[in-house]
Amino acid sequence: MRKLALQDEILMQVEKPARYIGNEVNAVMKNKEEIAIRFAMCFPDVYEIGMSHLGIQILYDMLNGFEDVWCERVYSPWVDLDQIMRKEKIPLFALESQDPIKNFDFLGITIQYEMCYTNILQILDLSGIPLMAKDRTEADPIVIGGGPCTYNPEPFCDFFDLIYIGEGETRYRELLDLYLSCKNGNQSRKSFLEAAAMIPGIYVPSLYEVTYKEDGTIAERIPLVPGIPAVIAKEMVREISQSCYPKKPVVPFIKVTQDRVVLEIQRGCIRGCRFCQAGQLYRPVRERDLEMLEQYAVEMLDNTGHEEISLSSLSSSDYSKLPELLDFLIEKCNEKRINISLPSLRIDAFSLDVMNKVQDVKKSSLTFAPEAGSQRLRNVINKGLTKEVILEGAKMAFEGGWTRVKLYFMLGLPFETSEDIREIGELCNEITALFYDTVPKEKRTSRIQIVASTSFFVPKPFTPFQWAPQNTKEDFLEKAYQTKQSIVSQLNQKSIKYNWHEADASVMEGIFARGDRRLNQVILRAYQKGCMYDAWSEYYHNDVWLKTFEECGVDPDFYTIRQREETEIFPWDFIDCGVTRQFLLREWHRAQQAVVTPNCRMACQGCGAGRYQTGVCLERKGQ
Amino acid sequence: MKVRIKFSKYGPMKFIGHLDVMRYFQKAIRRAGIDIAYSEGFSPHQIMSFAAPLSVGYTSEGEYFDIELRTPMEEEELQKRLQGVMVEGIDILKVQNLPESEGNAMASVQAASYLAGFRSLSFLPDDWEDRLLAFYKSPTIPVSKKTKRGEKEIDLKESIYRFEIREIPEKCALLEAAAGHKGIYMLLNASSGGNIKPSFVMETFLAAIGVTLPEYGLVIHRVETYKASETGEIEDWKALI
Repeated sequence: MRKLALQDEILMQVEKPARYIGNEVNAVMKNKEEIAIRFAMCFPDVYEIGMSHLGIQILYDMLNGFEDVWCERVYSPWVDLDQIMRKEKIPLFALESQDPIKNFDFLGITIQYEMCYTNILQILDLSGIPLMAKDRTEADPIVIGGGPCTYNPEPFCDFFDLIYIGEGETRYRELLDLYLSCKNGNQSRKSFLEAAAMIPGIYVPSLYEVTYKEDGTIAERIPLVPGIPAVIAKEMVREISQSCYPKKPVVPFIKVTQDRVVLEIQRGCIRGCRFCQAGQLYRPVRERDLEMLEQYAVEMLDNTGHEEISLSSLSSSDYSKLPELLDFLIEKCNEKRINISLPSLRIDAFSLDVMNKVQDVKKSSLTFAPEAGSQRLRNVINKGLTKEVILEGAKMAFEGGWTRVKLYFMLGLPFETSEDIREIGELCNEITALFYDTVPKEKRTSRIQIVASTSFFVPKPFTPFQWAPQNTKEDFLEKAYQTKQSIVSQLNQKSIKYNWHEADASVMEGIFARGDRRLNQVILRAYQKGCMYDAWSEYYHNDVWLKTFEECGVDPDFYTIRQREETEIFPWDFIDCGVTRQFLLREWHRAQQAVVTPNCRMACQGCGAGRYQTGVCLERKGQ
Repeated sequence: MKVRIKFSKYGPMKFIGHLDVMRYFQKAIRRAGIDIAYSEGFSPHQIMSFAAPLSVGYTSEGEYFDIELRTPMEEEELQKRLQGVMVEGIDILKVQNLPESEGNAMASVQAASYLAGFRSLSFLPDDWEDRLLAFYKSPTIPVSKKTKRGEKEIDLKESIYRFEIREIPEKCALLEAAAGHKGIYMLLNASSGGNIKPSFVMETFLAAIGVTLPEYGLVIHRVETYKASETGEIEDWKALI
């Protein structure tokens, strides 16, 4: 039987010991004697979050498909076990073999959100791997980062040997082969890294130097080794229906956030909302073939025994074969008693009909994401949703028996005025009034409930808003207060509930999102003072962070509220994300004029992604 | 068609709690392609009933649950299919079709037997066996038991049907941490109204002989789960299948 890394006494002390024992259905076990490369794939957050992430499941499946590679999983030990491991000096281990990470060839870390940066250091620290890449020796694993946050890797680049820019499906085999040949040829870590820098999509931070101007902005990026690329182009899957996708995803014992089969129907989005980073990074939108999805859905359900399947994409309604796919799934799932969950669907007659078939109307709620209260501001952010569309969808839904509506808004968007905020309350009120007009008294099964939520806008790299100043914490809180006022002054205010997010963490997220190399020391120092699990509000210590910035002599405002010149060299500008700077700038100007840009299916905007010659770029336009 | 399934739980699986074991089997039934019956209503669930919940950290070779089949299936075939989708640490030991008259697994449970061992004997006095057995001979063992509504005074003796010292075999994989030592075999009330945990019995007994148990000092294994007989005699109690 497998021997666990943690003794019974420890597993009995910690919350949810199932997080640490592996052994799940479909977890891949291999004979380590027959393996050339040990790869530990990490999501630096707690098991339940990490296990819900699709990207790792895809790469786990792909890497384990290579005969000479054993890919295992590792997640952040929760704070209770973290303490015990430090005290007892227990090295961090991989779930499958329970072997220490330190003995692996690679440690891959996916970086999905800014607030996990200190957890990267927790993983390295508990593994006994030097935190700074420059301090690592031949005995340490190669630490490689990936995921959306690596489109600006500079704030954490000192902790990584390599950073993989773009979609993981394309270049791993090449990288692993290079590693093997270097290892067999007894070449040094350094010469491997230098050779890896020549592989498309692979960024080796230590091989570049950055100089700054007096005003703190970047003067120049200097490659330190001749011949290495000055610009790293993102990697992208061109044939999405032929690329690997897990037929046997790992089934956790404990309930995790995404406790279901996840079917990625397409990658990318045609919409081009100006605040959205994913909408730019994953261009062009690529749909998977209907036949592939049908086959995978059935096999994944059979192999996992999950009772629910969810469609995953940035905007499922834009998948061109959605009616066919849903017809197929509804039939299959009814016979197998499987639930279908449909996030990110536009509310219209079609989706209401589908939801009616697959969900309990009484229990489910409608979700709209107008993102802004007024039409003017929705034009600024290029969110195509109009008030007429929202009201029309809501009316149909009320007639169909729905009584609960969720509305999502952002506060602190560029060019926002108090008028825009006031309209949030008005829109909520109008929807409530519509319910009373639509549903006669005798037909009302329950009261109308509106939940309006606001988050604070954080400008992200590679979006048209990368030039925009972020609001201060005080601005954010004032705007949340205005929103509250606007809602309570409405006639139907009793039916409207309002939630807003923490402002401190949004400011910090903004610093990291558009940060540069000078943040490495701040993150390191904050971690050394105990910051970890910053994404969990109960463990986020804003005061410690602010003090650390001060001690390091780094001004947080430089990254957030500063007005950026259109000519400024950004820390992430050495990455080519597929979309040109010229396009983003054009979109930034159109935002200032509140002009809407048509989506990719309506008319090509020449964003730059056309060069990949795939997906929507090959479709005929304007249909 | 009602079917009762007997399984074991050991190794890393002892850290999976009761609710998660239930979820595990719901998914396993789907993977095995077993045509289970579902309840009515908008969110139908599998008709499945577990016998006696097992505490996290315990191993067992006497766990049971019942399912209702939509299409009958050979016992052997069902066992083979279910075993085929198990992970290491859970084995399907037996499958038996039940007559319609049989009560559900949970309601049928009368008692469960356990083997308790010590991770280390160093904290025990030399004559611990005699002293424990002597204490068991007390005519009554009044204790206060925590219940949902607070504390209740009970006579623990009435809920302990057997209490013996036994040798735990050297190569006992299920009770590895205590293998080769002497341990305690207990038959305890496990009915839904009067369930007694073996750890509670051990704590009470050890306290009575003046021994404080170190934290996580015990390892406990459930040997079997029993249903009551018509005669009511303990000798006539039978395993659930």
